[in-house]
Amino acid sequence: MYTYLKEICVGTWSLLVGLAITIRYFFQPVVTVQYPHQALPMPPRFRGHTELVWDEKKAGHKCIACMACQRACPSGCITILGEKGEGVKQKTTLASYKLNFTTCSLCGLCVESCPTKALDFSKEFNLAGTTKETYVYDLLKRFEEKYS
Amino acid sequence: MTLHPELVELIRIVAYIVGLIIFIALNAAYLVWVERKVAGHIQRRIGPKEVGPWGLLQPIADGLKLMTKQLIIPYGVDVTLFKIAPILVMIPSVMCFVTIPFGENLVARNLDVGLLAIFAFASVNVLGLLFGAWGSRNKFAIISAARVVSQNVAYEIPMLVVVITIVMVSGSMNLHDIVTQQMGGFWHWNIFKFTASPLMPVAFIIFFVCMLAETNRAPFDMAESESELVAGAFTEYPGMGFGIFFMAEYANIVVGASLATILFLGGWDSPVGIFPGVIWFLLKMYALVFTVIWIRWTFPRTTFYSLLNLSWKILIPISFANLVLTSAMLKVF
Repeated sequence: MYTYLKEICVGTWSLLVGLAITIRYFFQPVVTVQYPHQALPMPPRFRGHTELVWDEKKAGHKCIACMACQRACPSGCITILGEKGEGVKQKTTLASYKLNFTTCSLCGLCVESCPTKALDFSKEFNLAGTTKETYVYDLLKRFEEKYS
Repeated sequence: MTLHPELVELIRIVAYIVGLIIFIALNAAYLVWVERKVAGHIQRRIGPKEVGPWGLLQPIADGLKLMTKQLIIPYGVDVTLFKIAPILVMIPSVMCFVTIPFGENLVARNLDVGLLAIFAFASVNVLGLLFGAWGSRNKFAIISAARVVSQNVAYEIPMLVVVITIVMVSGSMNLHDIVTQQMGGFWHWNIFKFTASPLMPVAFIIFFVCMLAETNRAPFDMAESESELVAGAFTEYPGMGFGIFFMAEYANIVVGASLATILFLGGWDSPVGIFPGVIWFLLKMYALVFTVIWIRWTFPRTTFYSLLNLSWKILIPISFANLVLTSAMLKVF
């Protein structure tokens, strides 16, 4: 009889404790972010697709079209076209940088292998499209659009 | 010009039918919205917010969606039972509203056996669920039907015993009379009538728990139990067939909360003794409805055995003890 009554009292009390917790939550402010209307800033180590970085000194990108990233890429998703420049030294400049994002695994070997630190991960995550071709990015064109 | 008394009566009946159906439909639609909002805020989300201001048009959008869906009759079901079940669930909950007094003069039909009528109609609800589940030729539905029946049998007993206690205290089955006896401040309400029985608050809790179980609400939602039985008795119902079951569930909650208000919380009586009226009835009723929703989003579903144990081992003995105590106290004082 004693355990029976004790069980009822302890049980009822535990139910009340539960109700107290939920009602406290009910009056606290919401913690969710209303995503399409608001978005959190991406953390610094977030890996979006790669992009060319802006350099203050050169007032442009730092890519020298050395092909190091193209060779380092395990999925072969980078295609670089260099252009021989005029003059004695015949410096190569970047003509096009194609990134096929459909096969990219965001391993970051291209970023690591870059001798001039011209590449970095973008914070882009709103990616949706209806064709495969949407995800073959021309990084040079994107760079020019972003900083023009 | 004087209207013929029979014509007046006819107008009154039509007005009450239309009014009650609108009340039930609005309640069913907007309690779903309230439920989703409360659930959201308890989990510290917002809940529906996109359709209309504060998501207020969400129930209408949901209703339109359900109504435009095709009513599929699955192969091999018992067509008569399958079709009759949603109606059999909905109509009793509408009928229950007939004798519920919302205010001093606001009652569709003041029956002398109002309480009995409500319980008679309310017990048809489980029959409707049983028909629907049995007729839909689905193993989940049949398991659900077995659970619903045993659950309702188990919880009908303590509920009726508690109600008998109230009838003994007030000496009437007329809901209007039961409320009139509790007028004049909260210390006159049945829940605090310690002269009749010191266990009255406990009786109220028993009534409330049984009401949760009778309306198949969480933590006693054995009928639906999404995670085990798909949707239980409603598994095979498409579109508005399911919609009507859903509306009936909310209508039943409103009936249950109204009954608890009338029997224990003094109906339309004001707790401080001023301005008694419909507003107090609705306030108390919706406070109880909120508690029902609050409980749903706090507790997980019980197992079936602990559900039956709670009724047979705890609620029934206590409600009988209360009954005996009340009759003894009534005899002595």
